[in-house]
Amino acid sequence: MNLTNKEYEKLNKKSSKPTKHVGTLTGAFLIGGGICSLGELLAHVYIKSGMIIQDAYMLVSITLIFISSLLTGLKLYDSIAKYAGAGSLVPITGFANAVVSPALEFKSEGYIMGIGGKMFTIVGPVIVYGISVSVLYGLILFIFQSI
Amino acid sequence: MEILYDCLKAFFVGGIICIIGQLFINYTKLTPARILVTFVVSGVILGGLGIYKPLVEFAGAGATVPLTGFGYLLAEGVKISVEEKGIVGILTGGLTASAAGLTVSIVLGLIISLIFKPGDKT
Amino acid sequence: MSNKIGNGTIIFDNPIYIIAYASVGSKKEGDGPLAGYVDFLCDDTTFGEKTWEKAESRIQKHAVEKSLLKADISVKDIDFIIAGDLLNQCIGSIYGSKDMDLPFIGLYGACSTMAESLAIGSVFLTNDSFENICCVTSSHFCSAERQFRFPLEYGGQRTPTSQWTVTGGGSVILSNNPKDIEKGIVIKAIKIGKIKDLGIKDSNNMGAAMAPSAAYTIKEYLNDTLTKPSDYDLILTGDLGEVGSDLLKKLLERENIDISKNHNDCGLMVYDIDKQDVNAGGSGCGCSAITLTSYIFKKMEEGIYKNVLFIGTGALLSTTSVQQGDTIPGISHLIHICKTNFIV
Repeated sequence: MNLTNKEYEKLNKKSSKPTKHVGTLTGAFLIGGGICSLGELLAHVYIKSGMIIQDAYMLVSITLIFISSLLTGLKLYDSIAKYAGAGSLVPITGFANAVVSPALEFKSEGYIMGIGGKMFTIVGPVIVYGISVSVLYGLILFIFQSI
Repeated sequence: MEILYDCLKAFFVGGIICIIGQLFINYTKLTPARILVTFVVSGVILGGLGIYKPLVEFAGAGATVPLTGFGYLLAEGVKISVEEKGIVGILTGGLTASAAGLTVSIVLGLIISLIFKPGDKT
Repeated sequence: MSNKIGNGTIIFDNPIYIIAYASVGSKKEGDGPLAGYVDFLCDDTTFGEKTWEKAESRIQKHAVEKSLLKADISVKDIDFIIAGDLLNQCIGSIYGSKDMDLPFIGLYGACSTMAESLAIGSVFLTNDSFENICCVTSSHFCSAERQFRFPLEYGGQRTPTSQWTVTGGGSVILSNNPKDIEKGIVIKAIKIGKIKDLGIKDSNNMGAAMAPSAAYTIKEYLNDTLTKPSDYDLILTGDLGEVGSDLLKKLLERENIDISKNHNDCGLMVYDIDKQDVNAGGSGCGCSAITLTSYIFKKMEEGIYKNVLFIGTGALLSTTSVQQGDTIPGISHLIHICKTNFIV
């Protein structure tokens, strides 16, 4: 086969079916938006019951994490994600799904290295870089405060 | 009526943030973990620059529920604790602010994986 | 004895007989077009086992037992078992074969393993001190998914070029001592492929990674044997899927070889790709194994196909090589299978 990698990549692009952009973008918008507006509804309920705004939004996150973890356990979250794409990946529910699913999956490798060790295979990097960048930000703030 | 209006705002802003995520999925070869890292780090930066706060005030859950909101939470936490505690606050702010979410995810992760069995995707 | 001709094609003086074969599948395979041809379909993807890896071993056991039964021989009559799967260090095959107490060869050829095992088995049988060799391969959607991709409950979207790992397997008993020559199917020649790499890096597009090696092996075999595509009833590739099959035809077209009339692909035959939500088709060691040991061999026995080129295709990637950003090389081994009465 006397063709270069670049020529082959061109052939490959022609042969590969394209992603259905309209469908996936609509799915992401509707389901992602839906999860967020459910969160907003819950926030209103919590605030009405006398909670301060900050606590209410924190409890919203906790409620959504709970719902998502449960749906993951019931094997429903991945079926939603098939249509939602980023709509179920980007919200906090996607974070919870990424924590629960490897823990559940690798239960067969034991409680310590299976559940305990694999729990962070997907979200580990999120925590590592989230915290590190926030420390960097804190450092900058501190330096500006000092001068 | 106000609830409906707030929910609509949350729907719209949250939906747009998810569309940005979907554009990453469709047009780049980024894996989900990389996309999540991008969102959280962007949240910290936007939070630090003071851009994300107005969005949270406008859209409520529409801005706090997506993972950029998690990054914003980290930035806000660091900001407040640096103001209160100085240099120590750099280290305690992020995790303190996100403690509830992380703890719940971890504990539920453990409980759910103890209760349920893995499925086969059919 | 065997002869090496041309650029590495091995022709057998005395053909190697396929005296029995058996296939095993699960629910999704049972919902597909092969349902009526598979010997053993188990709707429960765990096959009664506690882990997906053990389930895969169980698939191999079922396939071997069924094929021995069909060949009407016992385990003791087998000289070697040659087995392969997709799991790290081939544990699917190891735990599947260990209780049989047989000389064991474990293979890794990714999805080309069925062809690889048939090739090695048939070369062994050119030595008269051996009589029967069992070749078995398997794959399991769940064990492959958790090893190569994401946990099963993780919510992700599959790209349109991705392929669905078959939960199933197949076993073939090869022999140089045929019992029923009239009905028989034989291996006439083989060609061991070379590793080919045209720079594909997307692990969700394995068809594209494998197509260059398949094109190379087919072209070389046709050159070596001075035959043309129309000499064969069927040119069957392992599991290139939709994307890979299309690329294969385009690559061969550039060499003025037209296989579009008699080409088919196991990845396209094992599932109904329009209805079964498998994107570009099936894949895995079990994909070509189940297709070959159900539909293809039965149709050959019936005489529908008399002269078939089977090209097992494999994408040689590991989770490490993918994470390190390496390209995905492909390999394709060719097995020339025909009816006994077709040999001239």
